[in-house]
Amino acid sequence: MATKLALKELIKQPMRLTPGHRLCAGCGASIVVRQVLMAIDDPVVVTNATGCLEVATTIYPYTAWNVPWMHNAFENAASTISGIEAAYRALVRQGKIPERNVKFIAFGGDGGTYDIGLQALSGAVERGHQFLYICYDNGAYMNTGIQRSSATPMGAHTTTSPAGKKIPGKQQFRKDLTAIMAAHGIPYVAQAAPSHWRDLMKKVRKAVDCGGPAFINILSSCNRGWRHATDETIDITQLAVDTCYWPLYEVEDGEWRLTYKPKEKKPVEEWLKRQGRFRHLFRPENRHIIDELQAEVDRRWERLLRLCGEA
Amino acid sequence: MAELKGWRDIPIGGMILEAGNAVQYPTGTWRAFRPVFGEAKCIHCFTCWLYCPDSSILVDPENEKMLGFDLEHCKGCGICAAVCPVNAKVQREAGETVERDDPRLCIRMVEEGKFQE
Amino acid sequence: MSKFEALTGNDAVATAMRQINPDVVAAYPITPQTSTVQKFSEFVADGLVDTEFVTVESEHSAMSACVGAAAAGARVMTATSANGLALMWEIVYIAASNRLPIVMSLVNRALSAPINIHCDHSDVMGMRDSGWIILFSENAQEAYDNFIQAVRIAEHPDVLLPVAVCQDGFITSHGMERVEIYDDDEVKAFVGEYRPQWSILDIDHPKTYGPLDFYDYYYEHKRQQVEAMENALRVIQEVAEEFNRKFNRTYGLFEAYRLDDAEVAVVVVNSTAGTAKAVVDQLRAEGLRVGLLKPRVFRPFPAKELVDALRHLKAVAVMDRAISFGSMNNASPLFLELAAAMTLHGVQIPMADYVFGLGGRDILPREIESVYRDMLRTAETGQVERMVTYLSVRE
Repeated sequence: MATKLALKELIKQPMRLTPGHRLCAGCGASIVVRQVLMAIDDPVVVTNATGCLEVATTIYPYTAWNVPWMHNAFENAASTISGIEAAYRALVRQGKIPERNVKFIAFGGDGGTYDIGLQALSGAVERGHQFLYICYDNGAYMNTGIQRSSATPMGAHTTTSPAGKKIPGKQQFRKDLTAIMAAHGIPYVAQAAPSHWRDLMKKVRKAVDCGGPAFINILSSCNRGWRHATDETIDITQLAVDTCYWPLYEVEDGEWRLTYKPKEKKPVEEWLKRQGRFRHLFRPENRHIIDELQAEVDRRWERLLRLCGEA
Repeated sequence: MAELKGWRDIPIGGMILEAGNAVQYPTGTWRAFRPVFGEAKCIHCFTCWLYCPDSSILVDPENEKMLGFDLEHCKGCGICAAVCPVNAKVQREAGETVERDDPRLCIRMVEEGKFQE
Repeated sequence: MSKFEALTGNDAVATAMRQINPDVVAAYPITPQTSTVQKFSEFVADGLVDTEFVTVESEHSAMSACVGAAAAGARVMTATSANGLALMWEIVYIAASNRLPIVMSLVNRALSAPINIHCDHSDVMGMRDSGWIILFSENAQEAYDNFIQAVRIAEHPDVLLPVAVCQDGFITSHGMERVEIYDDDEVKAFVGEYRPQWSILDIDHPKTYGPLDFYDYYYEHKRQQVEAMENALRVIQEVAEEFNRKFNRTYGLFEAYRLDDAEVAVVVVNSTAGTAKAVVDQLRAEGLRVGLLKPRVFRPFPAKELVDALRHLKAVAVMDRAISFGSMNNASPLFLELAAAMTLHGVQIPMADYVFGLGGRDILPREIESVYRDMLRTAETGQVERMVTYLSVRE
């Protein structure tokens, strides 16, 4: 029997990520990791792309991981886990190790997933390895000091898309990685947010039991890069969902389904104004960027509704 | 900080054999604000426990009780106070902005230097 | 019972892989390695091995998957060439630094640009400081034999380093030769079961692999790699002795051909050593005292042993299929390292460097002969006419 998704039950679970890691105060990444691992009762083996999570949780000789864990490089969390998973299958098949129903999980940030690790991820899911890839998407290369990635929202100030006098922040919309992963036709793809923890954990459970490769894109606030107070992490994540910047949905065996529909779709501006990285957009000459961003959020939301049969 | 070992005395390849030994590393010194637990008001919903990025909410799983904070590791981000439904209720009922260290709150955030038992 | 088969170098390595029956192979096609994994995938498809063959989407992922699988305690292999190796680069270092006993068939090919599919040693020379053990093979037989021994060397508890077994692209990899293939059971018995001390799949004893390692410990981990390389020199010889006894061969750190009473010698690796032996025989027939030294083990570099084998000579030529651009006199890597070894061991013999065969340019017996004749002159005069010669390049 799977542990009931109730906090009174979940507190009885063994702690898979310990305190003493060096992620910043209020970091979303460890919240995401805790929720993902909490959802899985079976043994797990984890790989981790280079990034904040990897760096801050394993500063030698300390590790915050109570589960088998490996970091290889930046772009290869998916190919590394595919090697481990292949080894597991080979060794179990030959009777060299016992079958333990191990779940294989790869964690990568948006840089390691949308950008440098996309090829390895695409290859690994195409080959059908049984693993779950979790992208904790904080929308920039936070580990190296907040550089723009293809996940960075349009208009955002980063250190390589600074809000300058001529160019006011990032010029492009976010790459829709979740849709790209869905296009691979793998058994399970979803988008989730830690503000909706039960939704997130249900998705993780479906993903690890789907019998094939699975991908979940999880919004993960970085207060250093997004520029908000450390205690606003969950609140601002909730706003990303309620403005439909970050809709929650799943694609199960090709069927698109909305898992959360905001009662009232808030203007994206409400999410933007809470974050310092968008402050420059509120100058009169940049208002049009907010309008463009809103139009794109609307366009993607409408498309999603159509795909989910909700339009 | 543990004493530094020589190359013959550490596992090869950078492996760390002691799982979860980061608990030995204190991060509580990072804290500028300290969470203070108003035990009487707590409804033991564990929302703070769920969202703590530092696994620093101490709970008694057997009796299903929130016990307080692991101040060895808590970095003082204040997410626990922000997500606390009791705090939210206090806020709503007050009808005005309640200070983060208001004694009516279930989880108060108090500036480290100003904290008194 | 062993049997003789007509095999290409790649087929010979694929046959060794079948006999060894690794747990995981991750590889990507690249000329001239490709036929190795093609052949091996037939063995997989026919159920002759228990291997999970991971058909990755790039060499970077090939080495990444190998690293993951090796950390899982699997016996792991791959094969590549030139640009494929270059794409693996980052993970080549990580494999060695994580102390993972991966075995690679490296079919030597020229690195781009311009793109070229033929043999030279620019690929392997680039990985010489990566922490891998590197073995050279003159022919398909040696590639086969080295590949079998590589498993034992890599997995030895005092070593735990990856091994690259080199053979010359097309010349060896695609040339059909008579190869003695040992009995399957004897090969299996020789390599034995791999019993890793650690595994990331040891669920009950979770370990962290590949942490962030700062100035307080990184250096100590590098020092451990030095120790492993030092141990490897001993282990390579122990494994070779056992192999020689079992399969009636004569492997060591290098092969000395008519060297004992020679006055001059050429040092050259891989297939060209075979051609050079024919030249030695021909010149010996003329009464000229010439010999050959063919290094087998390039990493770890057996400096003292090479120096001792060469110290009696009057002149030594190094022939190398690579250039270390910008190095002293734009010489070849093997020359530079051997010259340093000789000098630092107090042996002052005239030495010259002959770069040859880049991008698969043929090396003819008469060209090797010209090297020997140069050296014979040098032996007489004590003068090196030219420190570095780019053999057969058109002016």
